[in-house]
Amino acid sequence: MPHLIRHRHATREHWRLLDAAALKDWRDGAFESGIQHAGVLIPLALWLEQPKEQRGAARGAFGVVLQGDDEPGALAADLDRIALIAIEFARFNDGRGYSIARLLRQRFGFRGELRAIGDVLRDQLFYLQRVGFDAFELRGDQDVAGALRAFGDFSETYQAAVDQPLPLFRRRIA
Amino acid sequence: MYRYDAIDQRMLDERVAQFRDQTQRFLAGLLSEDEFRPLRLQNGLYIQRYAPMLRIAVPYGMLASEQLRKLADVARRYDRGYGHFSTRTNLQLNWPRLEQVPDILAELASVQLHAIQTSGNCVRNITADHFAGVAPDEIVDPLVWCELLRQWSAFHPEFAYLPRKFKIGVSGSPADRAAVEIHDVGLQAVRGRGGAIGFRVLVGGGLGRTPIIGQIIREFLPWPHLLTYLEAILRVYNRYGRRDNIWRARIKILLKDRGIDAFRDEVEQDWTACGRDGPATLTAQEIERVGARFTLPDYRELPARCDTLERQLATSRAFALWYERNVHPHRVAGYAAVTLSLKRIGVPPGDVTSDQMEAIAALADRYSFGELRVTHEQNLVLANVERSDLHAVWREAHAAGLATPNIGLLTNIIACPGGDFCSLANARSIPIAQDIQRRFDDLDYLFDIGELDLNISGCMNSCGHHHIGHIGILGVDKHGSEHYQVSIGGSQGPRATLGKVIGPAFGADEVATAVERLIDCYLACRASDAERFIDTVRRIGIEPFKEYVYASPHPTPTRDPRALASA
Ligand code: SF4
Repeated sequence: MPHLIRHRHATREHWRLLDAAALKDWRDGAFESGIQHAGVLIPLALWLEQPKEQRGAARGAFGVVLQGDDEPGALAADLDRIALIAIEFARFNDGRGYSIARLLRQRFGFRGELRAIGDVLRDQLFYLQRVGFDAFELRGDQDVAGALRAFGDFSETYQAAVDQPLPLFRRRIA
Repeated sequence: MYRYDAIDQRMLDERVAQFRDQTQRFLAGLLSEDEFRPLRLQNGLYIQRYAPMLRIAVPYGMLASEQLRKLADVARRYDRGYGHFSTRTNLQLNWPRLEQVPDILAELASVQLHAIQTSGNCVRNITADHFAGVAPDEIVDPLVWCELLRQWSAFHPEFAYLPRKFKIGVSGSPADRAAVEIHDVGLQAVRGRGGAIGFRVLVGGGLGRTPIIGQIIREFLPWPHLLTYLEAILRVYNRYGRRDNIWRARIKILLKDRGIDAFRDEVEQDWTACGRDGPATLTAQEIERVGARFTLPDYRELPARCDTLERQLATSRAFALWYERNVHPHRVAGYAAVTLSLKRIGVPPGDVTSDQMEAIAALADRYSFGELRVTHEQNLVLANVERSDLHAVWREAHAAGLATPNIGLLTNIIACPGGDFCSLANARSIPIAQDIQRRFDDLDYLFDIGELDLNISGCMNSCGHHHIGHIGILGVDKHGSEHYQVSIGGSQGPRATLGKVIGPAFGADEVATAVERLIDCYLACRASDAERFIDTVRRIGIEPFKEYVYASPHPTPTRDPRALASA
């Protein structure tokens, strides 16, 4: 099971991707409760295909996954029902997920867990947490202890972002 | 010169520590080449043709003498005793060792220098007018804004993995010496109603394979919105810029695909929903704070006219020629700005030795408040020299090989490092520049030709800005051999234009002759001595030049324009 860092603590957890076949089980409520350290992630397109009532009634350990070319705005109406949004990084250097995260937090006001999945590496963590991610499913080969240290790479930051909504210049003048 | 406070310094030191750790993990095999690449690039480190290359930032071209001394020292101890100033006002070291780069960066950090984001797909080092703050034609001093942009762009978490690099240029004068029209974002500081400062924002300019002049996205952006508006532009680009094809990944292509109006709408929408009037809106207090951290020259009250200088000019022709080309007007009476030419014949354009750097630092200390500017034409500027000191500066600069009187003239060639160093090159640039410089080494001839920008790039990446040279030379690969395409009619500044190719490429040994023929043709065709090369090209078009250059058998080159005109 891959390492997950949540709120800067290491744990082990993996949520599998829900395919169309498993969708029925989910509809039947099979994932509703009692699932420890596991849940399902529903691709955005599949989620949007569900009837509105179904989306409205959804409960349990599920999240929606966005890819780099997905529109976070498509989830705007559902955000208060969704506990977790995962953004998948097909490649660690695909920067689109950073802007999607920031939009979800800042423009759409998403308050649930925002998890980076896919090619998630230690050297990107500092910036990822700045734009609003609070959970990171590390790629299998990553050193967890080192990854945890990465959050301390910088003790200060210049820009306004999600982790620190005030830019340095509004804090500097004390 | 902006002086760091404790927080600026701490972040810089933390960055060095971060990169040291990353380098160690790379060397230990814990970080793959692919994973290390963007990290090292964003710390200025390329792997080049023969060795790594370290590109050190000179933020908006401002350099203190102690920084230049440190650069001299680093170049001597970690490299081969010289560096190369690039067209983005960075200093490149061509032979550092990868293992030593963290040490070099630590040394640089001790004088508030760094190599942050001088490469990679991120917001690059900001460039500005090299006469910022001293130019008489300036409407707004752009330096404070440049520093604000430096801080905002440094370690920006959202825009470190853009589709491609992102360059911002800032100018505060209508003369636009910062070439803002060829930047991903160009900021022209202007004054609105009641004198309020704002920015004309251009977007989507750039050279490279698809040269395009930037378009206006906002005629007047009030200054408080500078950062939030830029974030909106960058966010739209970050999300929708192409990532499937490196040649189509710059913002200019996105702009071309969407059209400026649709792009503007998207930016406005994002801005309104996510940033406008938010906490990143700049405050007068911050502008003041940053302004106050700039050391300002303590000008003396001087008469505008200096009789000693007039006498010196009247008695020394060599000094007068240098004065004509290398001395520039200043907004403060009794002062002038001086360009130290890094374009001496026989030396690669922009190259400077450690000894020279030290000599320049000493000049800056003695004559210009310890400050220097780097120009995008790859020269250095002493921005605040008393007019009565000009003769002494000239003598000392001359002794250090820095007084070639060629600013604005043909031999002030702008050239990228090309095939001698750069692994992307199709052809070498430096030997071509040297050939041309030798061909035009006669000062009378050079002055007679008058103002002319000649730019050389070793490949389509256009680091030598050949598209905007009055004469542009581009290295191309023709059946595996180095060839050079020549274009004319490009220009920088406001209403920049892109040059047009005159015909088939030349072999390396034919380029200087081709340039000479272009010049012969110009001298024969110009309407008066006051008509510059570029004016003639604009007036008569490229055809006469083309015909003349490719004519065969070729008329004997002549330097007498009248003889040629009547031929
Ligand atoms: S223009 Fe080409 S050859 Fe010259 S420095 Fe840039 S990439 Fe290298």
